[in-house]
Amino acid sequence: MTTILDAVEVPTPKRPWNKKRQTFIRSAILMSISLVFSWLLSSTTELGGVLGFYLGLAVCLPVVVLIESIRHGRNVAIDRVASSVILAMFGVVVIPWISIVTTVYQKGSKAFYWGYLTTDMRFTASGESLEFGGALHAIVGTLVMVLIASLISVPLGITAAIYIVEIKGRFASSVRFFTQAMSGVPSIVAGLFIYSTICIFFGGFSAWAGALAYTILMLPTVARTSEEVLKLVPDELRAASYALGASQARTVFQVVLPTIATGLVTSAILGIARVAGETAPLLLTASYFVATSRNLNEPIASLPIYIFSNLGLGDANATTRAWGGSLVLLIVVFVLFSVARGLSARLSRK
Amino acid sequence: MDTPNLETKEVINSNIQMEPTVMNDTTRRNADNLEAKGESGLETRGVHAWFDKHHALADVSLHFPENTVTGLIGPSGCGKSTFLRLLNRMHEFIPKAAMAGQVLFEGNDIYADDVNAIDMRRRIGMVFQKPNPFPAMNIGENVVAGLKLSKIKSDNKDEVIEDCLTRAGLWNEVKDRLKSPGGSLSGGQQQRLCIARSLALKPDVLLLDEPCSALDPGSTLRVEETIVQLSESMTIVIVTHNMQQAARVSDYCAFFLSDGGPGHLVEADLTTSIFSNPKDTRTADYVQGRFG
Ligand SMILES: Nc1ncnc2c1ncn2[C@@H]1O[C@H](COP(=O)(O)OP(=O)(O)OP(=O)(O)O)[C@@H](O)[C@H]1O
Ligand SMILES: [Mg+2]
Repeated sequence: MTTILDAVEVPTPKRPWNKKRQTFIRSAILMSISLVFSWLLSSTTELGGVLGFYLGLAVCLPVVVLIESIRHGRNVAIDRVASSVILAMFGVVVIPWISIVTTVYQKGSKAFYWGYLTTDMRFTASGESLEFGGALHAIVGTLVMVLIASLISVPLGITAAIYIVEIKGRFASSVRFFTQAMSGVPSIVAGLFIYSTICIFFGGFSAWAGALAYTILMLPTVARTSEEVLKLVPDELRAASYALGASQARTVFQVVLPTIATGLVTSAILGIARVAGETAPLLLTASYFVATSRNLNEPIASLPIYIFSNLGLGDANATTRAWGGSLVLLIVVFVLFSVARGLSARLSRK
Repeated sequence: MDTPNLETKEVINSNIQMEPTVMNDTTRRNADNLEAKGESGLETRGVHAWFDKHHALADVSLHFPENTVTGLIGPSGCGKSTFLRLLNRMHEFIPKAAMAGQVLFEGNDIYADDVNAIDMRRRIGMVFQKPNPFPAMNIGENVVAGLKLSKIKSDNKDEVIEDCLTRAGLWNEVKDRLKSPGGSLSGGQQQRLCIARSLALKPDVLLLDEPCSALDPGSTLRVEETIVQLSESMTIVIVTHNMQQAARVSDYCAFFLSDGGPGHLVEADLTTSIFSNPKDTRTADYVQGRFG
């Protein structure tokens, strides 16, 4: 078959609207000019130090950009100044973040050796040399409890959201009210609640109790974000499905939920983020145990409590172990998020 | 309506013979205009479009003379909408989209580095196939939304609203309920609201992508009158599947086709020539409803 392509020479596809390279060069030049100015400013005036330098930059950058872009007209100038202000603000926000990560890395990496991830503290005292013992028990404990809590609260939270948005049942407004109220519950109260209902009557501290305390905190977050995401699905989509003779259940499970799969993963991530670093709810429920737990009915270690108990000892080695635990916790949360993100990317590509 | 039978073809021809001379200024309708490359109107030179790897449109060179109406016709999927979106830089909103070639507006390439796409779109307006009034605004606010969004001050908003709605043929139906939401109108009314909305910015070029596909014959006629009237002062490009409509409103017609590969321009000429003696047999087949 002959098509038009046989007759014309095909040029290379271009994206003239994509001005990344130019923009990059221009921004680099402007940025260096502003850097020089803010350095001059901080070295010649009272505004000394790193903070003064950043402050100078936050002022210089927009001014330099403004001067540069004035010749392009008002709109372009406003646009560029606004972007540079946002960039400066972004820097301000990122600085504490970088500082936290590097501090945790510097102090935490001292506790690291391969065995840190493969041994627990069964045979090691907290003050002992850093060549012995590790955080395996805490890592396993955190993962187990987050997993159980997710398995309970993600389906339950999504179901609650479906009840509110799709089914619009008789108790929809009261369910919404209670999830909203629950999202304000302080985490220690969640722990206390599980302690007074589960721990007292069912044999004391256990991994189950810790997971349930986590669940109380996760559930409202998952339910509320899922509800918001469900509300974004246009009614036309539901109408299209109903017009094909689908039942409400089929419509929800085969049309609505797949459409917002990415959003639901996000709601699960937010739920995990809410609990992964919580210490308070575990103090009264899961407690702490130095060996890697094989029994969910017994107390179990977790990273936050591991950090907490090691810090409390005041010993130098124990403190270093606590920093190591913090680093592991950061990494665990990061890995959980990356996995969830990758999952949602795959879901949305389909 | 996509495939007029032989009877409607008669209608087309009779339309061509009677109407254009009544509706259009004959002096500006000149086949040479299509070739005329100058500083005026809108022009494309060897334009291609891609969606990621999919080559959707190939090598389109066309000239839209100032203050004329050009109809884009062709079977579904031949790249008419893609071409239209290239003309006011809406193509670039599609992720992974790419293009090649030049689009010249008053002699300047709108894809040049120093061109501000936002200012450009203000001068080259667009009405979409599916009506899309802003749900959070009422009817009146919808009409002047363009002014508000681009911060153009206007002292006589009410006049603008009435004028634009009248020209879009909607004023009588909505004058008593300008405060009700845009979404409360019927599909056809919403479409005329969208046309009114784009008129408020007084664009130099108006791109219409099947603007009447949701309209009843009465509103269609009113919109067509509006188009002819607007073409006194602006350049109009209209995509349509309705051959009678193309014959009624357009001065020039461009026929697009995709023969397995990317869509491309088969023939562009005076509307009368396209309908009465097209040069390409495929054009003849299409306008006479033999395929497409
Ligand atoms: N967003 C998109 N992503 C990928 N491919 C697209 C996209 N939009 C259009 N295409 C492809 O580009 C080609 C041209 O589409 P276009 O919408 O321009 O056709 P059209 O002539 O307007 O058709 P119709 O008359 O049905 O509106 C088609 O093959 C289509 O599949
Ligand atoms: Mg189209």
